[in-house]
Amino acid sequence: MNNIRLIARLDIKGPNLIKGIHLEGLRVMGLPNEYALKYYLQGADELIYIDSVASLYGRNNLSDIVKAAAKDIFIPMTVGGGIRSIDDATEILRNGADKVAVNTAAVKNPQLISDIAQTFGCQCMVLSVEAKETIKGNWEVYTDNGRERSGKDVIEWVKYGVSLGAGEILLTSVDKEGTRKGFDIPLVKAVSSAVDVPIIASGGMGVPEDLLTVVNEANADAVAMADILHYNRSNVGDIRLIAKTSGLGVRNYEQV
Amino acid sequence: MSKSEVVVIDYGVGNLLSVQRGLEHCGVKVILTSDPEVILTANRVVLPGVGAFANAMDTLKNLGIVEVLTELSKLGTPLLGICLGMQLLLDESEEFGLSAGLGLIPGRVISIPNQTTSSKKQKIPHIGWNSLNSPHSKSWDNTLLKNNQSGDAAYFVHSFMAVPLDTNHNIAECLYGGHKIAAVIGHNQITGCQFHPEKSGEVGLKILRNFCAN
Repeated sequence: MNNIRLIARLDIKGPNLIKGIHLEGLRVMGLPNEYALKYYLQGADELIYIDSVASLYGRNNLSDIVKAAAKDIFIPMTVGGGIRSIDDATEILRNGADKVAVNTAAVKNPQLISDIAQTFGCQCMVLSVEAKETIKGNWEVYTDNGRERSGKDVIEWVKYGVSLGAGEILLTSVDKEGTRKGFDIPLVKAVSSAVDVPIIASGGMGVPEDLLTVVNEANADAVAMADILHYNRSNVGDIRLIAKTSGLGVRNYEQV
Repeated sequence: MSKSEVVVIDYGVGNLLSVQRGLEHCGVKVILTSDPEVILTANRVVLPGVGAFANAMDTLKNLGIVEVLTELSKLGTPLLGICLGMQLLLDESEEFGLSAGLGLIPGRVISIPNQTTSSKKQKIPHIGWNSLNSPHSKSWDNTLLKNNQSGDAAYFVHSFMAVPLDTNHNIAECLYGGHKIAAVIGHNQITGCQFHPEKSGEVGLKILRNFCAN
C-alpha cells in the first residue's frame, strides 16, 4: 500500500484560523501561519487552506497568507475557497500553492474543472466535496461551505468531476465535521469505490485511531485533520507513530 | 554573475515561487528568467516544470532555450531539472504520442504502470511521499543526495516516469505499487529530481543546499 498522507487543514476567515462544528459556529483560533509552521515542524505531509467565507463574499483572500507561508514551509499546499476562474487559480498558484480545491464554482460551472485540469494538470485540480447525508441514505453535495444545497448526488458528482479531470477529492462530511465522532466511513467508502483518484477524508477525526478506521475500512488515501490538531488533542508526530505501529504506511519523518 | 546566484528558468509553468523560496532558504539569490543569454552565463541553472511534456518543449524551443541547455551541458554548468524539468532531460517521452526531449541524459519517459506488480489497479497520478533508495546500494557521496540517507522520503506528484538507458545514471529510486521509479537521475553536472525538493521538507532542502554549494 502507498503511504497515507497526514494533512493539516486550516479553515480561514479573514486573517484568522477558525474552527466550527458542521462548518458552522466558527470560533477564532489565532493566526493561521503560526499553526501552519507548527504542523510543518511536527511533520505534516501537506497543508490545506480553505477560505470559509470566500464564496459568500465572492473573493478569496488567501493569497497573502499562502505567500507568507511559502517563506518557511516546504511541503505541498492546497488552497480553496472562492476559486471561480483560471485567473483565480493562476493567482493562487503563483503565490505558492501547489493545488487548488474547488467546490461551489465547480458545481455552478463544471467546465471549470476541465479548464483547470487542462491548464495546470489533473494533479493540480482538487475537487472539494461537502457531503451531507439525506433521509434516503445517500449523500447530497453542499456548497458555500456547507450552507447551500445543490440537489446533486455525491457519488454521481465525484464520478462526473473525475471524468472532467479532477485529480483528487477532498471529501468533507458536513455531518461529522467538528464533532470528533470519527469519519463518515460509509461516505468515504462509497466515494473511494466510485472513483480511482486519491481521496482525502475530512471531518470528524476525534482520536488518532479514527485514522486507522478510515484507511482500513474505507480506503482513504489521506486524512485532513483540524480540530484534533488545533485543540492540541494530539499532534502529527504521535498520529504518525500510531499509524506506523498499527501497520499503516506513512512517510519516514525525523523531527528536526 | 556571482557564485551565490541561481538562475531558475521561467517558461510559464508551475509553482515557481516555491522553487525560488526553497533556493533562497539555502542562502542564494534567485534570478527568474527566460532570457537565453542570462541562462547561458549562469553558474547554476534550475529547470522547473509542471504540465505536459510536448508543450514545455515547444515553449523552450520558441524561447531559444533548448540550444542553451545543450551548451550548458558542454560547459559543465550544474543543471537541476525538477519533476517535468527532469523528464525533459531525456531523449523522448511517450506522453500524448512520442515527443523529443532535450537529450542530455539518454533514455525515455513512459507512463507509470496502472497496475501494481501484484496486478492490482493503482492510482495515477502518483501523489505522495515515498522513500528514496540507492539502486545497488551505491554511495550517494558524490551526488546531491550526499547528506541524505536511504529511506528518507520526498514528495512526488507525476503520471509519467523517466527510464534512463544506462542504469548507472539512476542515483535514487522509489517504489510505487512495487515498480521501481527513477527518483533522482544524474550524468556529469546534470541532475534530475522526479519529486519536488522544494516541497519535500528538510530532505529536499538538503538537496537544494548541495546544489547551491557544489
